[in-house]
Amino acid sequence: MAFSLNVEQSRQLEQILERYPNKMAACIPVLHLCQEANGNWVSPEVIEFVSSRLDLSPAHVKGVVTFYTLFNQQPVGKHQVWVCRTLSCALRGSEQILAHCEKRLGCHAGGTSKDGKVTLRTAECLASCGTAPMMQVDKRYYENLTVEKVDSLLDELTR
Amino acid sequence: MLKETTYLTHSFGKPDGYKLSAYEAAGGYAGVKQALSMTREAVVEEVKKAHVRGRGGAGFDAGTKWSFMPKQATKPCYLVINADEGEPGTFKDRAIMEQNPHSLVEGCIIGCYGIGAHAAYIYVRDELHLAKARLEGAIAEAKAKGYLGKTPFGKDYPVEIYVHTGAGAYICGEETSLLNSLEGRRGEPRLKPPFPAQYGAFGCPTTVNNVETIAIVPTVFDLGGDEFSKLSELHPFNDGGARLFGVSGHVKKPGLYEARVGLTLRELIYDLGGGVLGDRALIGVIPGGSSCPVHLPDEVVNVSDPRFAPYNGKSILDLPLGVDTFRMAGSMLGTCCAIVLSDAADPVLSLHNLMRFYKHESCGQCTPCREGCGWIERILDKIVAGEGSIEELDRIHDIASDITGNTICAFGDGAAQPALAFVRKYRKNFEDYVRTGGKSQTKRLTP
Repeated sequence: MAFSLNVEQSRQLEQILERYPNKMAACIPVLHLCQEANGNWVSPEVIEFVSSRLDLSPAHVKGVVTFYTLFNQQPVGKHQVWVCRTLSCALRGSEQILAHCEKRLGCHAGGTSKDGKVTLRTAECLASCGTAPMMQVDKRYYENLTVEKVDSLLDELTR
Repeated sequence: MLKETTYLTHSFGKPDGYKLSAYEAAGGYAGVKQALSMTREAVVEEVKKAHVRGRGGAGFDAGTKWSFMPKQATKPCYLVINADEGEPGTFKDRAIMEQNPHSLVEGCIIGCYGIGAHAAYIYVRDELHLAKARLEGAIAEAKAKGYLGKTPFGKDYPVEIYVHTGAGAYICGEETSLLNSLEGRRGEPRLKPPFPAQYGAFGCPTTVNNVETIAIVPTVFDLGGDEFSKLSELHPFNDGGARLFGVSGHVKKPGLYEARVGLTLRELIYDLGGGVLGDRALIGVIPGGSSCPVHLPDEVVNVSDPRFAPYNGKSILDLPLGVDTFRMAGSMLGTCCAIVLSDAADPVLSLHNLMRFYKHESCGQCTPCREGCGWIERILDKIVAGEGSIEELDRIHDIASDITGNTICAFGDGAAQPALAFVRKYRKNFEDYVRTGGKSQTKRLTP
């Protein structure tokens, strides 16, 4: 099925284009916009749409999509959870936080819970080292985590 | 010496501290008015006098960088702000953008004027959604007041600021990679020369500055360049002003603190950071983000430069944190954010953690880095599993040495440094893993 943007999203795309001297520079912001409009993943149809809208080759757009970790090349759960595991967080117990998430969601990092609600991932340094351990849930940071805090967060997400 | 300041942190922790009203109540947007009343050349001179060393890791003098921009440009010029904060251990730029975004906006106006640009792009990593929202909000507030746009503060010098977003790649914190990413490409670093001041964003002259570097510029004009520089104990090293110091890992009070340049690691860990978690023994500290070499507490400073007379013979923990002090002592200041390791932390697992990071984040453009980071990680996999050999341990040194200096960008060196330092300084711990499977090691990172 062909991908397209609604009126409001098309307006946002126009606004993005105004910020740059050429269309190519809008590639990443427009991919973000389209990914969100497409249920949080970049399908082949999204790549086709972006390449034709920005006058780029599909190969260029695909190259960009595959370079950056935040473009999902497969469908993901309703919510996305990233547990930071780089050194500062690891020193404060991120391994235990991740293990607890895996147990609660019944999936390993990289997978999605059976009910399709949460995709669990590990992340490399999210610039929150002073408030470690931390995780990102969709667009929000949760810091100074404890197992209890994680439990109540996951309760909300899987409700 | 510990002298705390609040130039950037005055708004931190206050519910409305990020708003224009709070920023102006604290004296904000005075520096830019001062700057716009001066000539462009005088602005650059003032920043040079302030000795603002780049806060993003390389420590290059900001005023000098600005002076590389063409005097009579034939193309548009750009200011690009590197807000792709992602160096493990570093969390200062995010705090500025979230809690004091107007300092960055004000700095951008001064920066644009100084380098002859009419547009600034702030490249924010995608994960920092709150930071992006706060910046967009601050830009809208400033625009509504006429501080941005066609005539900022009535001056006929148009300035626009745009927030651009990345998509999750540590390498985009490298300036040429950031420029490629800004242009809508894969974030692979470019060869230098040409340097961004000649051929940067969209093929035009560009200055790339770190968030904190630009955010502190208004303070330079509030105080005057000389006064700003003299705040610092390292004024004789041309390392001026005050800056943010982060401390994370095994300390009682991890977080962000602002102080005059001249603070030591001991003061950062014990005075500001509250000491080592659980009053354990300190076994190591990484001074400025994970790409800097780790230091043991008993390392002694020994540099022949006469300016080092007060510090020679002392522990590295008592050397003031400065760009040149640390460089000359064989280390790196980086982003000035320490990661503290207590004796609960297994140094072998610490390096294993870091090398996994570097392998994950290598962009793959240069063979030594792409393959080397993976090889080191795989050797460490074996060593941690108790299946490594002394020969392989030595090979880490060889691989890391072969990465150093053989890649397009500094990522390779940044990945090799921790490997070289950890293996050399914690050799006994690594050998214990090889010989006994790590019997006498903690085998964990948390206390």
